[in-house]
Amino acid sequence: MQNDYDFAVVGGGLVGAAVAYGLGKRGLKVLMLDEGDVAKRASRGNFALVWVQSKGLGMPRYATWTRASSDHWPGFAAELREVAGFDLAYRRPGGFHLVLSQDELERRAASIQRLHNQDEVEPYHIEVLDGDEIRRRLPEAGPEVAGGTYCALDGDVNSLKLFRAMHAGFVRNGGSYRNGALVDRIEAGDGGYRLVTPDGAHTADRVVLAAGLDNPRLGAMVGLDVPVRPLRGQVIVTEKTAPFLDMPLSTIRQTDEGGVMIGDSQEEADDHDVMRPGINAVMADRAVRMFPRLGRLNVVRTWSALRVYSRDGFPIYEESPSHPGAYVVTCHSGVTLAAAHSQILAGKLADGGLTSDFDDFSARRFHVSAAS
Amino acid sequence: MNTLNEVSELAAAYDLVVIGAGPAGMAAATLAAGAGVSCLLVDENPAPGGQIYRGIGSTPLTERRLLGEEYWKGAEIASAFAGSAASYLPQATVWQLSPERELGISRGGRTRMIRATRVIMATGALERPFPIPGWTLPGVMTAGAAQILLKTAGVAVSGKVVLAGTGPLLWLIAAQYLAAGKRFDAILDTTPKGSWRKALSELPRFLASPYLRKGLRLMATVRGSARVISGVTALAAEGSDHLTQVRYTVAGRESVIDADHLLLHQGVVPNINMASASGCAIDWDDEQLAFVPRVDAWGATSVGGIAIAGDGAGIAGAEAAAERGRLAALDALAALGRITPEEKARRAAPIRAIVARYDRGRAFLDRLYRPAEQFRVATDATVACRCEEVTGGQIRDVVANLNVLGPNQLKSFLRCGMGPCQGRLCGLTVTETIARTRGVDPAEVGYYRLRAPVKPITLAELATLEHSEAEIKTVARG
Amino acid sequence: MYQRLPEPGGMPIPFTLDGRRLEGRAGDTVAAALLAAGVETCRTSAVGGAPRAPYCMMGVCFECLVTIDGVGNRQGCLVPLQAGMAVETQLGHGKRELAR
Repeated sequence: MQNDYDFAVVGGGLVGAAVAYGLGKRGLKVLMLDEGDVAKRASRGNFALVWVQSKGLGMPRYATWTRASSDHWPGFAAELREVAGFDLAYRRPGGFHLVLSQDELERRAASIQRLHNQDEVEPYHIEVLDGDEIRRRLPEAGPEVAGGTYCALDGDVNSLKLFRAMHAGFVRNGGSYRNGALVDRIEAGDGGYRLVTPDGAHTADRVVLAAGLDNPRLGAMVGLDVPVRPLRGQVIVTEKTAPFLDMPLSTIRQTDEGGVMIGDSQEEADDHDVMRPGINAVMADRAVRMFPRLGRLNVVRTWSALRVYSRDGFPIYEESPSHPGAYVVTCHSGVTLAAAHSQILAGKLADGGLTSDFDDFSARRFHVSAAS
Repeated sequence: MNTLNEVSELAAAYDLVVIGAGPAGMAAATLAAGAGVSCLLVDENPAPGGQIYRGIGSTPLTERRLLGEEYWKGAEIASAFAGSAASYLPQATVWQLSPERELGISRGGRTRMIRATRVIMATGALERPFPIPGWTLPGVMTAGAAQILLKTAGVAVSGKVVLAGTGPLLWLIAAQYLAAGKRFDAILDTTPKGSWRKALSELPRFLASPYLRKGLRLMATVRGSARVISGVTALAAEGSDHLTQVRYTVAGRESVIDADHLLLHQGVVPNINMASASGCAIDWDDEQLAFVPRVDAWGATSVGGIAIAGDGAGIAGAEAAAERGRLAALDALAALGRITPEEKARRAAPIRAIVARYDRGRAFLDRLYRPAEQFRVATDATVACRCEEVTGGQIRDVVANLNVLGPNQLKSFLRCGMGPCQGRLCGLTVTETIARTRGVDPAEVGYYRLRAPVKPITLAELATLEHSEAEIKTVARG
Repeated sequence: MYQRLPEPGGMPIPFTLDGRRLEGRAGDTVAAALLAAGVETCRTSAVGGAPRAPYCMMGVCFECLVTIDGVGNRQGCLVPLQAGMAVETQLGHGKRELAR
């Protein structure tokens, strides 16, 4: 029997859209299924960094994967600009992480040292800088800044434009996007999968689960264990301001439109409607201490969103052992990894499946540690 | 009333906090404070009155006939409030109201969080967006804005003035301007031609309501002394840096009139930002063509301890607003244990009778003055979101081509609703434009998900809020 | 064009707009005083740089943003005019400067 699609991608967020776009541009017939206007949308709540420094302590493969994505980003951004018809405001000027005490600086330096001491991590340069050097490089930085780290590989993008561009590119390449189509059931059949949604069923040869916090439910239908949980983050956005910061910081960045984004907290919580004023106060306080003149800006929006976090914080990419052709793709750095998902991972899937260099990302790593 | 000047003078907690000093808020605070509960009324403006009774204690217009007898009814409510024991914090913004009734209040660059056992939001209405080509040009303002200017500063719009739109308030403002000796070059009436017929079934109830005499008198006054052009089906403000002319269509014929000012009005809708950000359920109301918070007969919302009184819970007008404020206050008193359920019911009965009287005429007015679709849905070239400058054409393009279902996904793709006004000037337009493009009901499209701060607060103010060690650890993770 | 009605009105309140001396009346908001003085266009928009003027006069539209005593993006229609205030239009720089 002929299936409707080569691939069905469940999830229309940054992860699903990157995979679907990547599959579609390789000439495959792809269906992307999305939940609707109001959902737990990590994609609408991200901080928009394309970030390398400090990523991968505990899993060297994640450090190289992040680095690979970062290296693919310039080409990816140019390609999307072409297909979507607008610029994504992607840039890679390097990025800072600032700290407000000597103690924080020492802990930061030590953790970067440990990251680089791991085997397999191809070293890249991260500078550890004192407060005066930071103030020399970032003239708006205030006297309380004790120091920071700088990595030339870091950058950022307008993540809303990225989101729209991947959707536009997917549609332009002939992809089918179904919105308001929360998947109720996935049924395995001969040579494919049948996905049942409120407004009809669709069949596909293969299926990619990229539905964030819904992946555990969906994974269970195709023999995939996906241990992810929500980790809430809050972000503050100010009114538009004349450009004052031409490179991103891990917790403060100015968008191409002029607004200043201030992030980001992490707490174990699963209600994306709740926002704690005390946490916003801490973020505001730290931002004002880093850049005193930010204090007079008006906050126009704040939000909380749920990161999709695995037990060790690293991505899960895996094909179901019991259901060939059913994959899960899940992570919390959907912006940074968008290039890798579209340019590398989708290529693997299109070519037949995940190769052994993706074994480190399998959820089997959790089973092993549980057994030992 | 006990007027406070700084947030530092606020108590840490009140039995009742009322937000907004219009008729509903003033009446609610007066009644509650009279029963001995600790009551705070917070308001954004320098003086009580809200928008409808704006400047009631301070207007420079001492000649009563200028603003009309209806306006001066506000003086009674305001003086009762002034004589009450309620605390009053003017020129302050409530930027957050959490479902747990924690309020973030700012004044003069300082902010405080306080608690309330009960909250009554009396945040009123705002003028319905009127998206026409050129409505962002200087020279174009809402008719309500012109009225506020007149009430509070005794300043009138002059020169070549065109008033355009529909709704009872349009005629009231026109009459006030004419009484002040001003003139209009034209009044462009956009009330759809068939509206009278559709409203007819509600006419008997309307005839029994207090609106009739008032309305007829106003319209007769205005029609007698201004050039009223009816059946206007299209409208555009034109000019490069300032309005120079208004283009309009009647019966398929386009005309142009020179103008220095265009005053727009097509009814008022509930101001739902705070209610929505507090988690109160919101429903689409097809009669009022607006989203309206879901409330019971006492104004209680879907969130425990939070009520809404006045036009913010559905448009019913100033007189009804004061009564709805009293009902919400009685409900709060009962919940606080200050009156028995029996006393609540007994005292509410005569108030309900008055509300019912005003209710009678409402459906007729809603139908008669139902704004035409072409003035609610943005055309391709018309700016829908004034803050982020997003046009109707962009909305239609993204909705149709990227299969967007609602305003929240649209916001991600186009930024509409992300500016400082937080969707107040575009929310209804965006929802209706999506609904029209998709061919579905606005109820299915829904509204922006709103979050605190519902009014801007500076980053420095936010930084002064209390926070715990645990909260610091969620951010400074090392 | 705007006109004050011939009423007794409030006390004159002196203030400056972009360094120019103007006069409002007691009870005016900053936006009302500007309009009464014939100043409509108070800023250019942050996205397209288009001229904007007060639109709602009740604090919801954020069109009447001006710089008051050095602080940018204040809602002119909500701030009562006070003697000696230094008001500045936000023309040509739609986005607020960090320092203001």
